[in-house]
Amino acid sequence: MNHGPSNEQREPAWRANPDSLEVILATDCGSTTTKAILIEKIDGVYRQTYRGEAPTTVEEPLADVTAGVINAATEVGELAGRRLVDDQGLLVRPARGKDGCDVYISTSSAGGGLQMLVAGVVRSMSAASAERAALGAGAIVMETISSNDKRPPYKTIQRIRDLRPDMILLSGGTDGGTTRHVVQLAELIAPARPQPRFGGQYRMPVIYAGNQSARPLVEETLREACELSFVENVRPVLERENLTPARDRIHDLFLEHVMAHAPGYDKLIAWADAPIMPTPGAVGDILQQIAKRDGLNAVGVDIGGATTDVFSVFHGVFNRTVSANLGMSYSIANVCAEAGLENILRWVHHPCREGELRNRVKNKMIRPTTIPQTLEALIFEQAVAREALRLSYLQHREFAVDLRGVQQQRTIGDLFQQNAGPRSIVDNLQLDLLVASGGVLSHAPRAVQTAAMLIDAFEPEGITQLAKDSIFMMPHLGVLAQIHPRAALEVFERDCLIPLGTCVAPRGNARPGDVCFRYRISGGGFSTAGELHVGDWKLLPLAPGDTARIEVEPHRRCDMGAGPGRSISATIHGGIVGVILDGRGRPLRLPTERHDCQKQMDRWQKELNLYAE
Amino acid sequence: MPQAYSPGLLVSPGRTVRRRRILPITGEVLVAPGDHVTARQVVARTSMPGDVEPVNLSRVLGIPPRDLPQRLMRQVGDAVHPGDVVAHSPGLFGLFPKDYLAEISGTIEAVSRVTGQLLLRREPRSVDVLAYLTGTIAEVIPNEGVVVETSAAVVQGIFGIGGEGCGSLRIVTPTSRDDLTADCLTEELAGCIAVGGRRITREAVDRARELGLIALVAGGIDDHDLREILGYDLGVAITGSEALGLTIIVTEGFGEIGMAERSFRLLKSFDGREASVNGATQIRAGVVRPEIVIPLTQREFTETELEEPVLRNGAAVRVIREPWFGELGQVTELPHEPRLLASGSLARVAGVKLQSGEMAVVPRANLELIQG
Repeated sequence: MNHGPSNEQREPAWRANPDSLEVILATDCGSTTTKAILIEKIDGVYRQTYRGEAPTTVEEPLADVTAGVINAATEVGELAGRRLVDDQGLLVRPARGKDGCDVYISTSSAGGGLQMLVAGVVRSMSAASAERAALGAGAIVMETISSNDKRPPYKTIQRIRDLRPDMILLSGGTDGGTTRHVVQLAELIAPARPQPRFGGQYRMPVIYAGNQSARPLVEETLREACELSFVENVRPVLERENLTPARDRIHDLFLEHVMAHAPGYDKLIAWADAPIMPTPGAVGDILQQIAKRDGLNAVGVDIGGATTDVFSVFHGVFNRTVSANLGMSYSIANVCAEAGLENILRWVHHPCREGELRNRVKNKMIRPTTIPQTLEALIFEQAVAREALRLSYLQHREFAVDLRGVQQQRTIGDLFQQNAGPRSIVDNLQLDLLVASGGVLSHAPRAVQTAAMLIDAFEPEGITQLAKDSIFMMPHLGVLAQIHPRAALEVFERDCLIPLGTCVAPRGNARPGDVCFRYRISGGGFSTAGELHVGDWKLLPLAPGDTARIEVEPHRRCDMGAGPGRSISATIHGGIVGVILDGRGRPLRLPTERHDCQKQMDRWQKELNLYAE
Repeated sequence: MPQAYSPGLLVSPGRTVRRRRILPITGEVLVAPGDHVTARQVVARTSMPGDVEPVNLSRVLGIPPRDLPQRLMRQVGDAVHPGDVVAHSPGLFGLFPKDYLAEISGTIEAVSRVTGQLLLRREPRSVDVLAYLTGTIAEVIPNEGVVVETSAAVVQGIFGIGGEGCGSLRIVTPTSRDDLTADCLTEELAGCIAVGGRRITREAVDRARELGLIALVAGGIDDHDLREILGYDLGVAITGSEALGLTIIVTEGFGEIGMAERSFRLLKSFDGREASVNGATQIRAGVVRPEIVIPLTQREFTETELEEPVLRNGAAVRVIREPWFGELGQVTELPHEPRLLASGSLARVAGVKLQSGEMAVVPRANLELIQG
């Protein structure tokens, strides 16, 4: 099949009038699967209507990513009764009647995504800012090098030489400050003669985003060894980060170097009506837009086979982390190694033989595409997922901190906390929305299992809405937001997010047997009141789209956000699961004895009807 | 609809095998197209730039970085040897002069007037690339390496550790259902590749290292043993660089699982023959599986065509997940509609008649086609 260049050159009408867009085709080219969705304007509102997928084709024998795109588009077209691909194997544009689409957009994480090395002078300051810029752009950070990481210089040089990143981001120093340290870092990069991952013919792209006064010296040091470009400092002054110019440059270089060297991407870039974005970068963008529009604090998680991405927006500040080896198939053995099998088994309510489980985990690692057939296997995988999510979130909270080096006003309370380290800006008591995506969460046989995994792993506090990304559509919508934010937001709300419901859980731990909180709920077609004891949780129905008012009077040791023992009143949202009242305590403490823990888990799974008897 | 089953591992009595043998950086190719090569023969060579040793010369001599150029006794690009005076500072008014003497052999790469660092690059290291397979040079990639081609019997494993090796293939258990234990290994197996049936035990690995075996091959290995052998819990299946002095390849998986009879029979038929093994495994995009390659003579070789990997009625399959993990069978039914599994999930399934005679309904994702 000929997948040649796209249709005739044209200046489409939608550029002048975005609301004239009727049909949008979006793809996400993943490492193994290319997922296509169709978005259509129906009665003046944008809706996601059909989806299809096909194997990604970046590797031999096809070695052309557009073949997978065409196959996925063909499948969507067949389901929609719309001819999206013509006889020459080209996308049909613009849309006319039952033919074609107006716009084609795409994200990509094929070929391992975007892999970067970042360097900064001080680990917790400029290096941390550079890391945030790279992660925010959707990169996997292979290594962070800093002047104070206690490695001898020869080891640092060796490490840079051994890694083969797609690009390097170098930062350090505030504008007008000392130039010496950042030049020293450049002097470590130059002799390493770093080699890019793809394409032996081009030189390693290095983005310099440090002290602007050091530019001539950095240029002198690196111009022979690398393809150097300059952007504004990611940390111009200690009190402020300026990540956007570095992120934009990363995206440009991603297209110019990484994508351009992957098979078929030159064609894909030419086909797309908006720049192709790295998949996680697009997810971050849409989450930020939602949080900004609704004034929410939100956390999103995408748990994959190899990695788990966590995104958060708290008080407008965006953070993203990638837990590189925490995943449900390729990395499942690493979850067990990092969490410890005993921590995974905390979540399993039936007896298990440890040696056999260890072999099963390794067998899943070497045959990653298998699925649980028995209930026991499903329960075990969901237990692994809880630990993978818990560890990823822990890493995220440690990373998403306020800026170091900034003098902060501390309260008396802070002094008593004996906490000299940076403060995480991720505060579960202020979390409004928790969004789940990734196979183990999206495809759990019962939606209540997804909710329970989220609650156990993230331990949301106060009132938190829970939702899942129905078909992992957030990447498509992130790139769509670049050209039509309204369409992206409409689809996000109506078709992307499936509301699971609301979790109501106070922070703190009272004594077993005490009343954890009293509640009164009215609205959404029912009215109820009661009390929840410490160590219990309970599920109440509240349908998707329905809202109700809840009044919560917590135990004097428990806090719903207004302070220990203080009542609160709030609106709660329904979902396919409903409202989960959680009195099990925060932090969640499980019995240390395996037998006791098993009994506890059995009681909890029955209370929520998590699994069939 | 993407394939919802694993295409399976290659077990073939006759395949043309081509392997790229590429230098890490450009260098010299030592063979020509059509040359016959042996597995241990060097086919390409290069010298890797030496490691860089930074020295804070400014601090050593006690002078500002900007004064360094005029204090250098050797210039950028010059070779130095231990004891050579690289830089000299006369000190203050001629008092307390200081020299910096080279501690290693190498070349002066750079001297910074900003930071006062001197970068000394060590002597280059020679890197050889071996042919790995006994065969002929099918292609020369100028300055980079070669493609070696051979006609061979091939058995792919599911998982391995350790790198490449070659030696005589020796079957050390009577059947595919017997464990490969320390008792199976004798001194005469030094330099050989020992093939067993079911599980490679920890003690067998210790014994094989003592005796100097090249590789152990069997159906399975226990995770507990693997942890003890490696000294750590393997988190991600990217292997091949372990310095064990031994390659280990398992063909079926983790646990007590016998080698598939067809693989065992094939390997047994080449008892005593030279073979090449590689334990390198990578289970991500661009999958790499470990392999045992036995070069054949022209007379022995008949190329077996691989069938298109399609799951159809009558296809021979292996179940690759519990509750029937490791069992072999034949597909009897491929219902179109998804079925409800005991886990509560809906999935596309296949009806399979297991070798035991039992009829099983298995998700297609949990089946592996047996190819060869």
